[in-house]
Amino acid sequence: MTARGDRRLAWVLLAPALSVLAVVTVYPIVRVIALSLERRVPIFGIADFVGLANYAFLARDGAFWGAMRVTALFTVVSVAAELVLGVAAAVALRAQRRGVAISLSLLLLPWCLPGVVTGRIFEWIYHPSAGLMNRLVAVVVASAQPNWLGDPRLALPAVIAADVWRTTPFIALLVYARLVGVPAAVYEAAAVDGAGRGATFWRITLPLLRPVLLVALLFRTLDAVRAFDLMFILTGGGPAGVTETLTLYAYRSLFQTLQLGFGSASAVVVGALVVALAWGHLAATGERDAV
Amino acid sequence: MRSSGLADALVLGGVTLYATPVVWQLATSLTASGDPADVMAGLSLAHYRAVLGASPMPRALANSVGIAAAVTLLAAALAAPAAYALARLPVAGRRLLLVGIVLSTALPTVATVAPLYLIVRALGLRDTWLAVILADTSFALPLSIWLVVGFIREIPRELEEAAAVDGAGRLAALRHVLLPVLAPGLAAASLLTFLFAWNEFLLAYTFTATEASRTAPVALALFPGVFETPWGDIAAASMLASLPPVLVVLALRRHLVRGLLAGSLKE
Repeated sequence: MTARGDRRLAWVLLAPALSVLAVVTVYPIVRVIALSLERRVPIFGIADFVGLANYAFLARDGAFWGAMRVTALFTVVSVAAELVLGVAAAVALRAQRRGVAISLSLLLLPWCLPGVVTGRIFEWIYHPSAGLMNRLVAVVVASAQPNWLGDPRLALPAVIAADVWRTTPFIALLVYARLVGVPAAVYEAAAVDGAGRGATFWRITLPLLRPVLLVALLFRTLDAVRAFDLMFILTGGGPAGVTETLTLYAYRSLFQTLQLGFGSASAVVVGALVVALAWGHLAATGERDAV
Repeated sequence: MRSSGLADALVLGGVTLYATPVVWQLATSLTASGDPADVMAGLSLAHYRAVLGASPMPRALANSVGIAAAVTLLAAALAAPAAYALARLPVAGRRLLLVGIVLSTALPTVATVAPLYLIVRALGLRDTWLAVILADTSFALPLSIWLVVGFIREIPRELEEAAAVDGAGRLAALRHVLLPVLAPGLAAASLLTFLFAWNEFLLAYTFTATEASRTAPVALALFPGVFETPWGDIAAASMLASLPPVLVVLALRRHLVRGLLAGSLKE
């Protein structure tokens, strides 16, 4: 086999995938950036080049900065809660001797449900009069009937709780798989040295988990910034925009007010934010070298 | 040891409690009144009959099966050869390609949904399976390629070289030597693609307009209620829409864990 033959074979094998990606991924990326520089309202046949005007409008729009704040809050709180709960669950699973397969299967259940299903499940759980939440609340406080998704103070925490429920198992599973790979001798040595449970966790388990936690942090942060289904079903961004994330804001500008140009500008901002986060993570953890 | 038995029971109890929201929805779907508190009074399949008999759900489930299967096959067929080239053959600009592929796995669907919408409209594909398949592939393919590149790199090169020395042609060596070893990895990548395509909502919601192409998540999001919300029917529809991903994940759990860990842990 010649080097030239290898090079030709490489392009033959790559060509189908790269042609498809060129049409459905690369071209749309270029096109969305071009669209973001236009004022474009298809139903009125408007398509004018306006430069950075859409971005200038975004920078002055209070709703955009509100969505930015909601996205940041949603991402930080839900990812932090998921990491802490996920590690705790993984440590508990690792200590389990019998029935681990059942535990793993049960944990996978929330994770593999379609986001729309999770939304429908929690919409019902949060129902003001018949929902599970308020039935439990009624046991404790007879007269209280909080409107979980309608009260501006409760809506974001309620959406975050649903997201944490859905994705904690992913982190638990990832961390558990890493824990399984740690040789028992490591812990035996720690026990011989007289390390207690707390010391073992902080000094041995957590440092061993560092790489897998960084990966989980990246995946979950990206997913949280991209989240759409849950808010769309549960609140639609309301009440009064307190759960409107950047993705909902962008989608609303694109398809509810049908301003393709302006909507594309907000879509570009979301895309750039996510890709910058991924790039920053790769650079910081040195995984770029793995590429 | 009694104490470990107790610990096992506690963990099992904990994960069971964790599944409460699903159990609550299941109980809602199985009671005639749609009130899970009545579940002890007797189970009823009335909501399932209503959903399967007189709602858009059966058609939506069929659409979802077709679309998710097509995306899974398409992504695997395109990703496997490309990944082999990127992992094993001399490719000019390989690093740049791989960085581009990794970064496009991070891309949110909302970022390119507008141009995809214009493409779909220009090709006259609105409200067809093909529109959803194309859009899903745009997001599933980069991840598949990236995962499979990782799996191929784990396989020792000597395996194919030995086959080549034995006189097998390169493609024959790939098919008979590499492919069997790679199969679990391909299964893991395909499982993740299937889950993505089945669960995807934003793209399917945008490109579909009628029952002709609406997927199960879209039909569930738009589930009709005339005067009041039919919680029992919605619960039954949610269970039906969840069944394929749940069954696939339970059947292929081992591959799934491998897929989740792959391409991400370089230690």
